[in-house]
Amino acid sequence: MAFLELDRLTKRFGMITAVDTLSFSVDRGSFVSLLGPSGCGKTTTLQMIAGFEDVTSGRIMLNGRNLSAVPARERGLGIVFQTYALFLHMTVAENVAFGLEMRKIDKPERARRVKAALELVHLSHLADRYPRAMSGGQRQRVALARALVIEPELLLLDEPLSNLDAKLREEMQLELRRIQREAGVTTLLVTHDQSEAMALSDRVVVMEKGRLQQEADPFEVYDRPKTSFVSGFLGKSNSLRAEMGRDGRLRCAERVLTGPAAGLMPGAVEIALRPERIEVVDAASGIVSGCVTEKVFLGNQWLLRVATPLGDMIVLRRNAGRNEAGIGDTVGLTWNPEHLRILPAEGAA
Amino acid sequence: MSIASTDTPREVAPPVPREPLLCAPALALFLVMLLTPLIMTLVLSFNSFDFYEGIGSTFSLANYTEVLGDRYFYEIFGRTFAIALATTAICAIIGAPASYFLNRMDPFWRSIMVLIVLGPLLISVVVRTLGWAILLGNRGVINTALMNIGLIERPLKMMYTSGGIVLALVHVMIPFMVLAVWAALQRQDPATEAAAESLGAGPFTVFRRIVLPQAMPGVLSGSLIVFALSASAFATPAILGGRRVKVVATSVHDEFMNTLNWPLGAAMAMILVAAILITMIAWSRLVEDRVGRAYA
Amino acid sequence: MKHNGPFAVAFLLVFAIFMLAPIVVVIGVAFTPTGFLEFPPSGLSLRWFRAILDNPDFMHAAWVSLKLALVAATVATAFAVPAALAIGRGSFRGREVVQSLLMSPLMIPTVVLGIAFLRFLTVMGLNGTFFGLMLCHTVIVTPFILRLVLASVVGLDKSAERAAISMGASDWTVFRRITLPTILPGVVGGWVLAFITSFDELTVTVFITNPSTTTLPVRLFSYIAQTTDPLVASVSTVAILFTVVLMVVVDRLYGLDRLLIGEGKR
Ligand SMILES: Nc1ncnc2c1ncn2[C@@H]1O[C@H](COP(=O)(O)OP(=O)(O)O)[C@@H](O)[C@H]1O
Ligand SMILES: [Mg+2]
Repeated sequence: MAFLELDRLTKRFGMITAVDTLSFSVDRGSFVSLLGPSGCGKTTTLQMIAGFEDVTSGRIMLNGRNLSAVPARERGLGIVFQTYALFLHMTVAENVAFGLEMRKIDKPERARRVKAALELVHLSHLADRYPRAMSGGQRQRVALARALVIEPELLLLDEPLSNLDAKLREEMQLELRRIQREAGVTTLLVTHDQSEAMALSDRVVVMEKGRLQQEADPFEVYDRPKTSFVSGFLGKSNSLRAEMGRDGRLRCAERVLTGPAAGLMPGAVEIALRPERIEVVDAASGIVSGCVTEKVFLGNQWLLRVATPLGDMIVLRRNAGRNEAGIGDTVGLTWNPEHLRILPAEGAA
Repeated sequence: MSIASTDTPREVAPPVPREPLLCAPALALFLVMLLTPLIMTLVLSFNSFDFYEGIGSTFSLANYTEVLGDRYFYEIFGRTFAIALATTAICAIIGAPASYFLNRMDPFWRSIMVLIVLGPLLISVVVRTLGWAILLGNRGVINTALMNIGLIERPLKMMYTSGGIVLALVHVMIPFMVLAVWAALQRQDPATEAAAESLGAGPFTVFRRIVLPQAMPGVLSGSLIVFALSASAFATPAILGGRRVKVVATSVHDEFMNTLNWPLGAAMAMILVAAILITMIAWSRLVEDRVGRAYA
Repeated sequence: MKHNGPFAVAFLLVFAIFMLAPIVVVIGVAFTPTGFLEFPPSGLSLRWFRAILDNPDFMHAAWVSLKLALVAATVATAFAVPAALAIGRGSFRGREVVQSLLMSPLMIPTVVLGIAFLRFLTVMGLNGTFFGLMLCHTVIVTPFILRLVLASVVGLDKSAERAAISMGASDWTVFRRITLPTILPGVVGGWVLAFITSFDELTVTVFITNPSTTTLPVRLFSYIAQTTDPLVASVSTVAILFTVVLMVVVDRLYGLDRLLIGEGKR
C-alpha cells in the first residue's frame, strides 16, 4: 500500500473546480513531483494535503490513516512554502528550532538537532543571522532546514526554486536531491518547471486544469506521453494531425506513415515526435523531405525548422563540430517508426 | 495508482469560521457605547423641554422648527458654513502646491518639512489655538510688531473675528489636506511630468496641466475632510471667537452646559450633521461629474 | 527627481513659518519673567514652570489625563487588535459594515459624540466618572489603532502562520509567537497615536467631565476662557515637550511619517 494516497480529491471554489477527482499515490521514501502549468490546482492540492484548505470531496490517506479528521497542526508534515514563510523576527536558528519547541523537545536535544539540520543545508555559519539579511538561496535552505528538522513523515515543497535565478536554481536542484536522499524523507514537490520535475523526481504526476494527465517515472512521461498535453508540456515535440484508418493505417497529409503497433480506435489522432529523434539525411532518402526555413544555434545543439508536406517540423541536431544544412537547403528527414507516439487528438475525450 | 475503494468519498462540510468572533468584543462595545448614545441623542432632539420640568418625553418637531425658524440660528449656521468654506478653500490653495513641492524635496529636508507640517497634528488643538490667540490679540505679537515698525497706529482687530478663526483653522486643518494631496501625488507616475517637459511645457504649465489634474482626487478628498472638520470645530472658535462670534458647535455647547436646553442643542447638532452630509454629498457629486470621468 | 525652484523654496519657507509660529510663540511666552503674555520674552525665567507645580488644579488634571490616556489606549488596543485580525484576513459577511462602524468615530462630528456620550452617561448614572470617561475615550481612539493594525495585518504573510501551524503550534502560540511580533510595529504605533489622541482630546471631554475628572486640555481650555497669564503657556510648553518626546520614540519604533500617513509596510 502506498504511503500517501489521494483518492478522487476534489476542490471547488464556488463555480471553479480547482482540483477535479485527482488520484495519485506516493511511495515511502520516494520523491514525487506534481507538475502542471500555473493555475492548474497544484498549490490547492498541496494545501489540502497540508490541511490548510478544506477538501470538497475525496480523501487523503497518509500511512494508512485518513487525514481528513486530522487538523493541520497534528499532521506532522514538513512544508516549504513558495514564499518561504520565514519568521522574519527570529534568527535562522530560532526559525529552525520553532517546530522542535512546539514538540516540547528539551534544549540540548533541540540545539543538537538544529545544528544537524543547518549542517545538512550547509548554513551552520549563519545560525544567528536574521532572514531579512539573507539571499534567496539561503532563505530557501532555512525553510528547508526548518521543515526537515521535525523529521516529518512527508515533505511538501511548493515551487521552492521558482524565486531563484536560473543558475542558483540548477545548483539548488542538486542540493535538494542530495538533502532529500540524506534525510530519506518522502517528498512531494509542486512545480510548473518540467525540467525541474524530471531532474529531481522518481515519479512525475502531470496535471492540467485540476485533472490528472499522467502518473509515471520521468523517462516514461517524457518518452511515452499519454496525452497530447503531456507531450507538449514536457520538452519540445512535433505534433502532427493524422487519421487512423479503419484498415489500421496511419494517414498524415495524404501519406501513409508506419507507426508503432497501436491499439487506437479509428478516427482523428495526433502524432507526437520528439525533435531529437529525427535524423537529417539527403533529400532523396528521407521519409519526408522539406526546405529548411529557420536555423538557430543553441550551443550544444542546432535547431532546424523544416517545412515538409506533413507540416512544419522542428529538428534538434547535436553540435558535432560542423555546420549543418543552411536555410533554403532541401533536406530529407527520417526516424525510427518506433519513436512515433500516437495520441488521442486534442479535444477528443 | 489509486486504489479502487468502494465507499464513495463524501462531501466534507467546511468548518465554521471563527474569525468573525474576534470582532465581537469591539462590536459589543460600539453597539453599547456608540450606537446607543447616538440613537438616544436623536430621540432627545425630538423631546420637549421646559425650564422648570426639564426634558419631557413627548415627541415633536418643535426643536427643529425653532432652530429653522429663527434668524439668530440662521446667522450662526451661516457663519459656521462661511468659516468652513473659507478654511477649505484656503487649505486647498495652500495645500496643493505645498504637497507638490514637498514631494519634490530631497529626502532629508522633506522629512524635516513633514515633521513641521504634520507634527502639529499631535499637539492639542487648545495649545495651537492658544498660540494664535497670543499672535492675534489686540496687544498680541502681530499687532505689537506692526505698531512698533509704525505700519499701523491702532491695533487691527483679529481676535473675536471670523477671519481670525479661519486663520487658526487653516493651521489646524492643513495637515489633512497635505496628507490627502500627497497620497494622490504618490500614485502618479513621475514620468508624466518629464513627458510634459519634453514636449516643451514650463514648470508652471506642468503644475497646472499635468500635476494638478492628477492631484485633484486628493484635493477633493482633502476638501471633504477639512470641510467636515471645520464645520464642526469647537476649540478654535470657542477660544478665538468667545461669546461674540458663535458657531454651531459652540452654541450646542452653550445649550448643553449653560442654558441646559438639551433637546434644542441635540436638534442643532442633528441639523449640523445633516447639513454637513448634504454639502459633502452634493460636493462630491459635482466634482465627480467634472473630474471623475478621467478617473472612473 | 526634479528639484524645487526659488519660488517653491520661498513658498515652503513661508509655509513652515506659518506652521511653526503659534507653537514657537507659546513656548517663547512660557519663559517670560513678567506676569503677562509677551513675545519675544523680555528675559528668560522658569517662573511660570514653577507655578505649574504650585497649581493643584493643573497637576491633578495632568494626572487624570495621563491615567486616562494610558487606560483608554490600552483597553482600545485590546479591542482593536482582534477586530483588525478578523477584518484584515476574514471574508465573512458584514465585514465591511463592522469596519465602517468601528471607524465611524472619525466621521462623526466630535460635538455630536460629546453630547451623545453626555446623554448616555447621564442616563446610566456614569456622568463625571473616570470609568465613563474611559469608555468614551476608548471608543474615540479605537479607529486610530484599528487603522494602523489593519495596515500591518494586510501585509501579513499568511503562509508564515501556516508554517507555524504545520509545526504543531496552537492558535494562541501562533498569535503570540508569529502574528503579534509581525504586527507589533502597527500595534505600538496605534497605541501611541491613541494615547496622544486621548491625551489631547477636548471637544468630547468638555461635555463629560466634572471637576474631579477634569483633563488637562479641558482645564487649559477653561483657564484660557477666564484669564490669560503665562501659566497656560508654560503648561502648554510642557505638553508640547511631552508630545515631542513621544514623537521621537515613535519615530524610532515605527517611523513617524508612517504613523501620521497611516499606511502599511515600509
Ligand atoms: N481561495 C481561492 N478562491 C477562489 N479560487 C481559488 C482560490 N485559490 C485558488 N483558486 C483558483 O484555483 C485554481 C488553482 O489554483 P492553484 O492551486 O493556486 O494553482 P497552481 O498552484 O497550480 O498555480 C486557480 O484557477 C485559482 O484561481
Ligand atoms: Mg501555486
